[in-house]
Amino acid sequence: MRKVFALAALLALSVTACSGGATSVEEQAGGGDGAASAATQAAASDAAPAPAAVQCEVGEVDGELVLYNWTEYIDPELITKFKDEFGVDVVEDFYPSNEEMLARVQGGSSGFDVVVPSDYMVGVMIEEGLLLPLNADAIPNAGNIADGFTSPPFDPELAYSMPYQWGTTGIGVNLSVVGNNPDPTWGWIFDPQMDDQLNGRISMLDDPREAMAAALSYLGYSINSTDEAELQEAADLIAETTDRLAAFDSDQFEDLLVSGETAVAHGYSGDFFVGFDEADNPDDYAYLVPEEGAVRWVDNMAILADAPHPCTAHAFINFILDARNGAQLTNWNYFGSPNVAAEEFIEPDVLEDPAIYPPPDVLSNLEFIENVGETERLYTDLFTEAKS
Amino acid sequence: MTRTLVPEDQPAPPEASQELERRAADARSRRGLWIASAPAAYLVLLFALPLLIVFVYSFATRGTTGQTILADWNITAYARLFNPLVREIVLRSVGYAAVTTVISLVVSYPFAYYIATRPARMRNVLLVLVMIPFWSNFLVRTYAWRVLLSSSGPVSQLTQLLGMGQTRLLFTTTAVVLGLVYGYMPFMILPLYAAIERIDLGLVEAARDLYASGARAFWRVTWPLSRPGVVAGSILVFIPSLGAYVTPEILGGSKTTMLGSYIVRQFLSARDWPFGSALSFVVTALMLIATLVYFRTGGRTL
Repeated sequence: MRKVFALAALLALSVTACSGGATSVEEQAGGGDGAASAATQAAASDAAPAPAAVQCEVGEVDGELVLYNWTEYIDPELITKFKDEFGVDVVEDFYPSNEEMLARVQGGSSGFDVVVPSDYMVGVMIEEGLLLPLNADAIPNAGNIADGFTSPPFDPELAYSMPYQWGTTGIGVNLSVVGNNPDPTWGWIFDPQMDDQLNGRISMLDDPREAMAAALSYLGYSINSTDEAELQEAADLIAETTDRLAAFDSDQFEDLLVSGETAVAHGYSGDFFVGFDEADNPDDYAYLVPEEGAVRWVDNMAILADAPHPCTAHAFINFILDARNGAQLTNWNYFGSPNVAAEEFIEPDVLEDPAIYPPPDVLSNLEFIENVGETERLYTDLFTEAKS
Repeated sequence: MTRTLVPEDQPAPPEASQELERRAADARSRRGLWIASAPAAYLVLLFALPLLIVFVYSFATRGTTGQTILADWNITAYARLFNPLVREIVLRSVGYAAVTTVISLVVSYPFAYYIATRPARMRNVLLVLVMIPFWSNFLVRTYAWRVLLSSSGPVSQLTQLLGMGQTRLLFTTTAVVLGLVYGYMPFMILPLYAAIERIDLGLVEAARDLYASGARAFWRVTWPLSRPGVVAGSILVFIPSLGAYVTPEILGGSKTTMLGSYIVRQFLSARDWPFGSALSFVVTALMLIATLVYFRTGGRTL
């Protein structure tokens, strides 16, 4: 079933990719010399101009919603519900990493309204002037956001973003291969000795910050290190591991794990739970948060500065922050909800699952990926080289 | 050609005949220009112009967060082409493409020969069969291979039945080459078929009548006559294999980065457009030069 869905998503992607291209051509024709304006925008983004806010009424729509989201991150029924409630069409496109999303929207005129960047990427996008300041009046459901999420370091006043879902990045394992009660350690990926029983059946996320974070944690460094020697050491570790790895994969790692193609997979908590649920023997699999430290992340809804339909975008953000809709999201994708009002509608076994809502002693061991400024480029360069 | 229209006893004055021929040539070239304008526009708009943009971007500067700054023109991107990683990826890509081409040729030749020697009706049916895979999306077909080659897939189940244990094909070099051969084989079969179909089989019979063995008749008659098809097919398979992106990404896993993937990564992941542009431009230019050199030197048999 999921395979079919993945294929359908791919098809949808190729279709929307075409329509996206058409939109941008149209806009460039309307806005004069498109290439030149994109170039000036790129050149001037060091001193990013603050995009002007728009005024929208609560629930006001100004056309279809063009949503650029992570793969398999929203319940398709929620999309249908939004369409029915607001009488607008929804076009979806998907990305497997923050960096890929940034690359698509960086040139301008991407045609997308809402994007779902992770914590550090919100900071990068605000700096580059890519995000539209939110009109708080149009998002009354912002009052549903839990205390821990109202003042994140990357956007302290939630002026540009609203939390979507949160979770952790760890490793999923096949217990019939690694044995019961496996140690929660990054060694499953990086330690060649532990690989004896795995024989290279390992996948890592195809995402520069996440992959580097795993290697940095294993080496005992901060996942936000800006020390070039430490980063080089982490990249060397990934390069050595590449020879043993089966694949770098960000959107099918859970399928590869439950189909037996891999026995250890680096990935996001919720994706594993969805994958395990649909496996033949769900009890054969476990999700581990490595004790060396791991990534905790929050993904956030934000509106692009050049969004064609900013009011529909506000309506969508308000829609997702609704208590019942927020709960439906968590019940579908098994990621933590930043929506405190949603908790009464979230299934109890989800709410009580320590792997989804980790206990305080595990949480204290986790770090957010932060915006490291110019070092961000070093992360992507080192990772690109390491995996080639 | 005007000769036959003019009665013999009244030879046309030479100037008039020259004038007529000149006009005919003019008309021909005008017609040629008219007919060529659509393909020329196509080539300029969709090939030359984008290539020019790629060329310009390859000299641009990359900003601190990965934006492309169209100023401070420099050749840093080209200097990076000489680092050992790029050389390794280029060699690997050329190797995979060459192996793919050879395997495609060996498999396709008998197949094309078989099609070409069937009766016309049968021939058309077989040709349609060759083209049927194109009716569905290449990406979807490649994902299907992922299922076929997975360690719980049919291939692995067969080897387990035979007591050879689980096979691991997915995410290996074998999977990539298999995917490439599968994807590009029709481009080998069709030109081979066209070349073999043109061969006068009477020549082969003549060779046999003169006591050539079957193998000798093939090597001295059929093979040389089918060479244009071999060359065309090889070019059509080698070039797209070299730049393949989908197949190595989906079937290849982590150890099989090819040029196409490496270039895409510069745009999407590393956000280094100048370097990605330099890579693309050099690959395109080298391909173009290699093909031109081939056609200039003895490749006219095509």
